[in-house]
Amino acid sequence: MEKIQISAKNVNLYYGAARVLKDVSADILEKNVTALIGPSGCGKSTFLRCINRMNDFIPSARFEGEIRIDGTDIYDRGTDVIALRRKVGMVFQKPNPFPMSIYDNVAYGPRLHGIRNREKLDEIVRSSLTGAALWDEVKDKLKSPGTGLSGGQQQRLCIARAIATEPAVLLMDEPTSALDPLATARIEELVRELKKNYTVVIVTHNMQQAARISDRTAFFLLGDLVEYDSTPKMFTSPGDKRTEDYITGRFG
Amino acid sequence: MNEINLRKQLEEDRGELKRMILRLGRMAEEAISRAVWALKNQDAAVARNVIEKDDELDELAEGVDSACMHFTARYQPLGEDLRAVTSIMHMAIDLERIGDYGGNIAKVALDLADKELIKPLIDIPRMVDALSSMVEKVLTAFDTGDAEGAKTVFPMDDLLDDLEKQIMRELLLMMMENPQRIGQATQLLNVARTLERAGDHITNVAERVVYIYTGKTVKASAFRRPKER
Repeated sequence: MEKIQISAKNVNLYYGAARVLKDVSADILEKNVTALIGPSGCGKSTFLRCINRMNDFIPSARFEGEIRIDGTDIYDRGTDVIALRRKVGMVFQKPNPFPMSIYDNVAYGPRLHGIRNREKLDEIVRSSLTGAALWDEVKDKLKSPGTGLSGGQQQRLCIARAIATEPAVLLMDEPTSALDPLATARIEELVRELKKNYTVVIVTHNMQQAARISDRTAFFLLGDLVEYDSTPKMFTSPGDKRTEDYITGRFG
Repeated sequence: MNEINLRKQLEEDRGELKRMILRLGRMAEEAISRAVWALKNQDAAVARNVIEKDDELDELAEGVDSACMHFTARYQPLGEDLRAVTSIMHMAIDLERIGDYGGNIAKVALDLADKELIKPLIDIPRMVDALSSMVEKVLTAFDTGDAEGAKTVFPMDDLLDDLEKQIMRELLLMMMENPQRIGQATQLLNVARTLERAGDHITNVAERVVYIYTGKTVKASAFRRPKER
């Protein structure tokens, strides 16, 4: 039996009076790629951000329910939450390296967490860039600015930056939406590689992408989790008519 | 002056030293909590006031120093009196430093007063709440001669460390999402780090209180949970 890494129970999220997630419950399996799909405004990104408590940054947001990572409630005010939250890395829609060198982009997080030893940092930078399939392209120019790389390389740099703090879970919010098809293909290939070591949850607008890279797919609509099943099942014979309508392009 | 009168006079003067420390401690706590209040509420006037008041705090700290010199010269204290007077000199330095930190945070508050904050401040005020109760505890312990009470401050420092880490992680995430936030995020990171250091100064004071009343040197780290990694 596969292990459950993230377990959401009755998650509700409000922005002021608006309820943008409605009683969402889902178990996300360890070292799987889980795709979140649905039309704009359906709550898929909001749900993704809840897994990292990013709703904390929005003054009007109010969270109800429970999200557990490895059994620990991440919304609990208990002290062990901090270590747990370090388990989550995130990659965003736009490739957005820090305005510093490639090396420093990756080393920034570990340094912030108190790692000063040069050899250790070198090793983290090397292994993170290797993990993000970027090492061979940048190993001879680690001191040049991260912003000088191509869009696809920048996004892989951001993935390296996210895995440098050794998370167990990698959240990706439409990581290829700003990339050309070739760069997108490289990221997709990378995602399949990443799941050997990480639990990946990815929001995507591109259904074919979800079909190509994910093991399980969750379909959101108007804040409801309509259906959540294995990806082949979701894209061949979904159980809910709304899912069928969405994947066949009848709306959305 | 006979011996009884001398002892009475010494105790009065020791009482005065104590009152000076209590006052300095309250001022330092006030500086830091008002500075964070100003940061959270983007109140430039309060921030400016904290910065202005820093001189007063420095003056009082210097006053403690010279009062301790006088005390030593006059009574040549021994035993608990000696421990008290030497410790008070150290405590004044730690408390004055906390006051300085208040000034530093107030400068950040002043700078950010008219800018949009990248996030609502939640954990930074929680750090200050924890600090304030540590100050309260250590001053009460000092005032009442309660070494055990002073020791209860040590494990409280863990909470400050946890909150600092949480803030660090959150700000890192915000910087990753949008590098334009790096400037302000770095300022807020420094505030969190400053508050964490203020906690270390309070535990120094608590160590001194234990030393005055028991004659034993304790290390705060022995009362805290083991370090990670």
